[in-house]
Amino acid sequence: MSAAMSRTATRFRPWGVSGQDGPHEAKENLVKYLLLKHYRGAPAPASGCAPMDQWTPAEIDAHIRYMKDFATRLEGTGEFVDAQGLSPDGMFVRYDGEGRPPVVDGPFPETKDLIAGWMVIDVESQDRALELAGELSAAPGQGGEPICEWLEVRPIMEAPATVTE
Amino acid sequence: VNESLLREMIPAVIGVLVRRGADFASAEDAVQDALVSALHTWPEREPTDPKAWLVTAAWRKFVDRARSDSSRRGREVAVEAQPAAGPAPQADDTLALYFLCAHPSLPSASAVALTLRAVGGLTTRQIATAYLVPEATMAQRISRAKKRIAGEQLDRPGDLATVLRVLYLIFNEGYGGDLDLAAEAIRLARQLATLIDEPEVAGLLALMLLHHARRASRTGPDGRLVPLAEQDRSLWDTRLIEEGVGVLQQALSRDRLGEYQAQAAVAALHADAPTSAETDWVQIVEWYDELLRLTGSPVVRLNRAVAIGEADGPRAGLAELAALDPALPRHAAARAYLHERAGDVAAAAELYVEAARAATSVAERDHLTRQAARLRQLPRDA
Repeated sequence: MSAAMSRTATRFRPWGVSGQDGPHEAKENLVKYLLLKHYRGAPAPASGCAPMDQWTPAEIDAHIRYMKDFATRLEGTGEFVDAQGLSPDGMFVRYDGEGRPPVVDGPFPETKDLIAGWMVIDVESQDRALELAGELSAAPGQGGEPICEWLEVRPIMEAPATVTE
Repeated sequence: VNESLLREMIPAVIGVLVRRGADFASAEDAVQDALVSALHTWPEREPTDPKAWLVTAAWRKFVDRARSDSSRRGREVAVEAQPAAGPAPQADDTLALYFLCAHPSLPSASAVALTLRAVGGLTTRQIATAYLVPEATMAQRISRAKKRIAGEQLDRPGDLATVLRVLYLIFNEGYGGDLDLAAEAIRLARQLATLIDEPEVAGLLALMLLHHARRASRTGPDGRLVPLAEQDRSLWDTRLIEEGVGVLQQALSRDRLGEYQAQAAVAALHADAPTSAETDWVQIVEWYDELLRLTGSPVVRLNRAVAIGEADGPRAGLAELAALDPALPRHAAARAYLHERAGDVAAAAELYVEAARAATSVAERDHLTRQAARLRQLPRDA
């Protein structure tokens, strides 16, 4: 076995290169990004827009329609993965020792950060993720003006690539 | 039903429809519909001539759709329900499909999806599941890709480099749900190698085989990453290694080196070493030199620096790394490793933590965190 191996090895010596086309990197797959919408915890919206419950019903409808249309458009471009809203009524739960029920606490009104919902997109670059988040943040608010809320953009971890060394 | 046999027929069936006058996009849709029906009905009653069944079913779907389209537009149907027997399909069709699906005008992800469907014979749902997106999203990705290449003829020679890159991307995706994308990529590369006689096709096939051979040893029982040096070499598939080495040697003997052959040579040298300590790092560095000349890639430069660290000692490797952009993927991980080899444990631990922060997969992050933890458990004077 090892004789065959060493023979193999010597025959692997590189020789003259006749030139081939350009550089290729293996990592060109799409990356998924999570766009997080916060009820609280994000910087104040640039527009200083009032909370939604102070809008007119038509303004709320227009806002929701914008979000739906946005998701539909991303499905059409093959970039949509998921969108979910979260109820603000969360609870905190933790283990409390063998044989005891978990401790449930909250909701804590003073909690700094509160996630309102998310959208997951599958895009070819971080620039594209930022571009789309910018568009989503332009959803209309009071008076049809873009609410300009801050969205948090987080890359989602991938599966490890097969070839890394 | 033998599903892989069914899938192998798909490109030829698309070819038959195109030869009968269907455009590629409609033909591909019709064949996909026929494939989905086959997967439903064949388990109960398998046809005696599966390919003829697929052709008939796909043609019927194509005609139905063309009819409803034309009645919507109030125009006459241009296609016959029972076509005259067309010219015999040629093996060329499949090669042409590889080129078309990996057309350089397509974004990589679209080319990947279209290749898996039209050449690989996978359903949209299988592809969507493998890439963790909704089926509707994947269907749109494929349909947009087809619109983009609508004007392309099936009989034009294509760009082999993009075909190889697409297959390599599929391979690198590894497992996707139930679907073994690495195995699928190998199947497609094997098939391509029978259709076109180019050393780089063989080089890519060899590269895939040599990496696939190590698959069982690359992850631990809990899914943790096992680095090459610590892999249990008795788990390596010697049959695949032998095949990969054979394919590579034949390709190299033609003296038209390319990046996949050079990468495969590195993989072969790793596969060749009975133990990690017996790895021929000097020769690996030489192959990285070739690879660098071929690609100029900074990622290759980084791998070469690590190989130099093994061949000439960690300080030499670190000196090479120092000349590279620290923003390169795995730069901190490489530095951490070489610092550890140089005996600088404290710095190595810091760098592993930094590398873990930059990791893009959970498995890699956990691996790097574990490395930092391991070093920090060592006695202070070790």
